[in-house]
Amino acid sequence: MSDRVTHHILSVLVENKFGVLARIAGLFSRRGYNIFSLAVSPTEDDRFSRMTIIVDAESAPIEQVTKQLHKIIPVVKVTELVSSEAVERELMLVTVKATTEFRSHVTELAAIFDAKILDVAFESMTLMIAGVPDTLDAVTDLLTPFGILELQRTGRIALPKLTRHRAGLRAVKNKTA
Amino acid sequence: MKLTGAQALIKSLEMEDTEVMFGLPGGAILPVYDPLIDSSIRHILVRHEQGAGHMAEGYAHATGRPGVAMVTSGPGATNIVTPLCDAYMDSVPMVVVTGQVAYSAIGTDAFQEADTTGITMPVTKHNWLVTDASEIPRVVREAFHVATTGRPGPVLIDLPKDVANETMDWYWPDEVDLPGYKPKTKGHTKQIKAAARLMGQSSRPVIYAGGGILKARAAEALAELADLTGIHVVTTLMARGAFPDDHSLCLGMPGMHGTYTAITALQRSDLIIALGARFDDRVTSKVDTFAPDAKVIHVDVDPAELGKVRRPDVPIVGDCRLVIEELIKAVRADRDKRDWVDTSAWDRRIADWQRDFPLRYTQEEDGPLKAQFCIERLRDLSPDDTIVASGVGQHQMFASQYWRFNSPYTWINSGGLGTMGFAVPAAIGAKVGKPERMVWAIDGDGCFQMTAQELVTASAERIPVKIAILNNAYLGMVRQWQELFYEERYSEVYLSPDLPDYVKWAEAMGCVAFRVDTPEDVTPTIEKANEINDRPVVIDFRVDYREKVYPMVPSGASNDDVILGPEYNQPEAIQ
Repeated sequence: MSDRVTHHILSVLVENKFGVLARIAGLFSRRGYNIFSLAVSPTEDDRFSRMTIIVDAESAPIEQVTKQLHKIIPVVKVTELVSSEAVERELMLVTVKATTEFRSHVTELAAIFDAKILDVAFESMTLMIAGVPDTLDAVTDLLTPFGILELQRTGRIALPKLTRHRAGLRAVKNKTA
Repeated sequence: MKLTGAQALIKSLEMEDTEVMFGLPGGAILPVYDPLIDSSIRHILVRHEQGAGHMAEGYAHATGRPGVAMVTSGPGATNIVTPLCDAYMDSVPMVVVTGQVAYSAIGTDAFQEADTTGITMPVTKHNWLVTDASEIPRVVREAFHVATTGRPGPVLIDLPKDVANETMDWYWPDEVDLPGYKPKTKGHTKQIKAAARLMGQSSRPVIYAGGGILKARAAEALAELADLTGIHVVTTLMARGAFPDDHSLCLGMPGMHGTYTAITALQRSDLIIALGARFDDRVTSKVDTFAPDAKVIHVDVDPAELGKVRRPDVPIVGDCRLVIEELIKAVRADRDKRDWVDTSAWDRRIADWQRDFPLRYTQEEDGPLKAQFCIERLRDLSPDDTIVASGVGQHQMFASQYWRFNSPYTWINSGGLGTMGFAVPAAIGAKVGKPERMVWAIDGDGCFQMTAQELVTASAERIPVKIAILNNAYLGMVRQWQELFYEERYSEVYLSPDLPDYVKWAEAMGCVAFRVDTPEDVTPTIEKANEINDRPVVIDFRVDYREKVYPMVPSGASNDDVILGPEYNQPEAIQ
């Protein structure tokens, strides 16, 4: 569950405008910041999209990353989601070898992790698992001995936890002065 | 009112008070050049699109207003990428309009198609691809707003040809709606108080003034702050003129070729007050040895500059002028509350360095002509408010060192990007913006050859700029490095003093031209040049190729290790 300090989760609200993904990708590449994963989706307001970016903490100080992100005109808000105060999920599709001999083992594992079986062939099956990234790592490890044929993960999305005390959002820098 | 996109663009530029634009037409931008005939905007037809960009920059530097350039798609757009990058590095407000192939043809590798917005994304503050003529007034309004507010910079509007030909209903937006762009200009009061307090506790403070002072029109505020506190000021390459060189608190330029005193005062200080400066590597030299005892107050309108290179003790985000004005009040209040630390010992040390280590060179009466001597004569024979533009290299450093910049906006150069060929077009742009002022370009022979054709533009448009070529027949700065750091192995740096024949070339471009070979010819020739006001003048000064720029902090060395050059017996240890 717990996040390693090797990465930061940035939730970036952007205007839905031409080239915005290229601007952000370009910034990361030219300033040498590494992205572990990037997920983009529409928000409740169709003028904006939300990007959840997982940044390699080794590649740059997070403060510089957020400040540089802010300089991109269509970037409206940058929030760092502290892992302990956020809910995170990621989706994984994995096709694994499942010959008759091992099929029950695979389905058993699927049941333990609440995975859904999306497709079945004679000697393989495709599972869908949603969970925190660590869980997906664990499932991947456990399925590896059976033989993983194909695997795809979405990159994580995250929202602040709703707590009674305070929102888990830590505004790295609020752009509205 | 129905207008075509092209008409709307020109009208929008007029609404933004554009008085002049620099450009060169071509296929995709043709529709916009038609309504230009009926516009109040003066258009200056350049000979190469790079010239248009640097002219717009020179105009912006000299006037403080955004420079405007317009070019066609494809090669027109790619030719202006260098000026965009230059303006981006030096925070110069500039609006570039590029033609684009028809929107329907984008992505088909059409004739003269280039992905202009993609190419210029990393070198503009923002850019726009217009997809509908009705967007034009809004985009132009946003473009000027973004270019001129916050940390200024270049922007680009890419206009497809079919969009320029569409009709739209004219409107002018009342305001700009950019939810992601709200630059903070007012400094944090508590931080400003903390800054004043720290200034009072420091015994070796130095003000490190950068180009942001000029961008924020903060020169007067800076002078008031310095006078009030008695703190010495170093002016970076981008800030020459932001604080008068003849002021007793001015230490001149810091950095790789700065004055010994400016470099060393920063290095030994216990408080650096950085105002609109960005701790560039040419100033800090080896960063982890830079000013080891100094606390840092850092004021910048761009929050990303705070802590980018050096972690500030007191970071203040805000417009330099507004922050300095508040800081002055805070200093007064702080002084009422407590005694400030005595800095007289520090002032004496600085005075000693200034006395012992001034800039030096020797011009022998019968010896080869020295570049520094030419610059000093130019300086003394030209009006005090002369605008100086320079290219990049030895001549640039000599100009920054030996000219005396006593008023702001008199020094125009390419600092961050170091663009050779900047001087001639930048001088032309400056002269267009300030026609009543004398404008000298101090250029190198290598630089001159890169953009000299714009003197045709200057002659045709009757823009009487003056160009001093410090012709040492070499790419001088490269030669200096090869001499000092590559065991005098001179690789591809020789240019020849007389190929091309600069006098003939300048004359062919409609200029008056002179050649100066000896020290005694310098003064009379400059006097002749300064009397010519109806066309450009070029002087080919044949200067000593062996002369090197000193002081020098070698690349990768620490600011503790300033090389003073052959004019000095280098002291072993300097306090």
